[in-house]
Amino acid sequence: MIEAINEALDISMAKDPDVVVMGEDVGYFGGVFRCTAGLQEKYGKTRVFDTPISECGIIAVAVGMGAYGLRPVPEIQFADYIYPGLDQLISEAARLRYRSAGEYIAPMTVRSPFGGGIFGGQTHSQSPEAIFAHVAGLKTVIPATPYDAKGLLISAIEDNDPVIFFEPKRIYNGPFSGYYDKPVQPWKKFDASIVPEGHYKIPLGKARLATEGEELTIIAYGTMVHVVEAVCAEKGVEADIIDLRTIVPLDIEAIEASVKKTGRCLIVHEATRTAGFGAELSALVTERCFYHLEAPVERVTGFDTPYPHSLEWAYFPGPVRIGEALDKILSE
Amino acid sequence: MADRPPAEGDRTAAKAGDNRPALSLHVPEPKFRPGDTVDFSHIEVPEAGAQPRPDETTDPKDMRDFAYGLIRVLGDDHKAHGPWDPKLDPETLRTMLGHMAMTRAFDERMFRGQRQGKTSFYMKCTGEEATSVSASMALAGDDMIFPSYRQQGILIQRGYPMIEMINQIYSNKGDKLKGRQLPIMYSSREHSFFSISGNLATQTPQAVGWAMASAIKGDSRIAATWVGEGSTAEGDFHSACLFATVYNAPVILNVVNNQWAISSFSGFAGAERATFAARGLGYGIASLRVDGNDPLACYAAEQWAANRARANAGPTVIEFFSYRAEGHSTSDDPSGYRSAQERDEWPLGDPVMRLKNHLIAIGEWDEERQQAMDLEAAEYVKKTTKEAEANGILGHGLHHPFRTMFEDVFEELPWHLQEQAEQAIRERETKFPGGLDL
Repeated sequence: MIEAINEALDISMAKDPDVVVMGEDVGYFGGVFRCTAGLQEKYGKTRVFDTPISECGIIAVAVGMGAYGLRPVPEIQFADYIYPGLDQLISEAARLRYRSAGEYIAPMTVRSPFGGGIFGGQTHSQSPEAIFAHVAGLKTVIPATPYDAKGLLISAIEDNDPVIFFEPKRIYNGPFSGYYDKPVQPWKKFDASIVPEGHYKIPLGKARLATEGEELTIIAYGTMVHVVEAVCAEKGVEADIIDLRTIVPLDIEAIEASVKKTGRCLIVHEATRTAGFGAELSALVTERCFYHLEAPVERVTGFDTPYPHSLEWAYFPGPVRIGEALDKILSE
Repeated sequence: MADRPPAEGDRTAAKAGDNRPALSLHVPEPKFRPGDTVDFSHIEVPEAGAQPRPDETTDPKDMRDFAYGLIRVLGDDHKAHGPWDPKLDPETLRTMLGHMAMTRAFDERMFRGQRQGKTSFYMKCTGEEATSVSASMALAGDDMIFPSYRQQGILIQRGYPMIEMINQIYSNKGDKLKGRQLPIMYSSREHSFFSISGNLATQTPQAVGWAMASAIKGDSRIAATWVGEGSTAEGDFHSACLFATVYNAPVILNVVNNQWAISSFSGFAGAERATFAARGLGYGIASLRVDGNDPLACYAAEQWAANRARANAGPTVIEFFSYRAEGHSTSDDPSGYRSAQERDEWPLGDPVMRLKNHLIAIGEWDEERQQAMDLEAAEYVKKTTKEAEANGILGHGLHHPFRTMFEDVFEELPWHLQEQAEQAIRERETKFPGGLDL
């Protein structure tokens, strides 16, 4: 997935001289996760540059650059560090088009590795997507495969609205089954990882049906798509697994069609439970599919605690928690 | 564990036997409160013309004194003095005075409009006109302005149609911002005037970003931003200084020190310890402290900073040392927290009067022409207000069609906003069957 992201940036920068990449360590070093490797060498220091450790500054400067007419792609090194930049994202980037009635826009794509599963402790593991979903004017994208990461990132960069692009870092190097003690399988061994060369786009707001099944609908995104797939395969459950890809805008049609078909719905995300995006999904499914439901909508999420370091795998919504929810929902 | 504080039970005993002095907290307090006699003699006002004018490419390390001094041009004799005299021709000076008089007339009328219930809110810039009008006159018309909320003088100076300003203040059907912004939060891309945010200091690092973009593209335009002295306390201001210095951005960070942030005096933004211009020094940014009520000094400082930016010599912090003669806004009552005498006792006078007296002193103006100018400005504002009122005033129904509420959240309307817009239309039809514009 790292290579796919790098390719998307490369292709976007080659295509449009107004695309600039900035963030902590993204220049000479190519990013702590290597997503921007080689870009500075190729496009020069004024288009790919390191920044001070100031998330507020990084995002604010990107707003100003967007207002000028550039397409900045700032990187926030970990999603956990995005909070100092929240005012600039929420009050400024998200509302600029609205408050100026279209005179000014902030066409920026904030890339940020997010989610847990790498023993990152409470400051390198969070999934803050619900905060952004709550803000009018922001789009939030979370890819689950290298193919999607490339196509979605190109779409995000070419989009004229501010986009938060969360990269699930647990699956940067390969999909994750939920069993932390199993070795990581690199992406290239999986068909899903085939990433075409050149420019292609995946529209924002269109979900992907990861697997097809009749027993229930599972809605997930990011790392959890792979965990859910593994658990279903293990338990022999045939589910419609919907990989949302973007949570704003949301593909409500895909969700509605699937839940009306299966009559059961499980929502899985890694973020904390209370007021998480799963709550919104659950409400939507209940509002729109109530008379098709044969069981209450279930949620599997992280716990409402900060992300613990040594107890990470007790926190993570892994196969046991998902399996229990599947048993419950399928027995109703 | 010597570095641990004693446990609760031990604290009294530890304190009793402790010969270290008790600590105390300093809470800043302004020198004068309502009813107090005002004495501003502690403010150092150097002679006009006494300050040298360094070359625009001077290393900030050699400019310390400029952050603690006060650049002044107009003296008590109303003449221009010293190397900072921008030597403007009389026609330009009269134009400057005209913009300042117009700004004051505009403020007067809009303030009354708020009191008459035509809008919810207004903010005057009385006493601070030079910090916007004179400063922006020193910039090119296409240099990008990232304003705060008290720079109406810039729009007037740049020739933004006044009716657009009033339409915005009244949030009427002519308001090109579709009634979404608080009154006075203008935006004009055509006049290189950025959309005003209600959150403070957010525009300062944005201005730096714009300036960086201009430099990335090899453009020749620079950016300038305005922030109040109270708002320099925001982290955004410090991010702006840092990015500006790191990338040598062609940007001017104007700090209007008008002494008051609503009821908090400048001490709560750190004024007791250092000047606001000195904030720039720590970042290695050229920093100038200027008499903000001296229109010629304001012009000269902004011009110096603009030249510096255009020469790729880097950013500048300018502190305009001024005084907020009126309340913070129409929602504020300054008699509740400061002496009523302050305004009259302010040692740097009134910028409009100072420029007027200067023009008279050089034989290019007189009281009759001033009166005629003031009258003409008042008449123009009155006439324009009437025209704008034909488009409606706040709360009287002549606003943008309410479906516009859902526009511009995103470039395209997503399904959830489409559904909510339909809901709003149903509500409207229920309330006003076949009635108002949808």
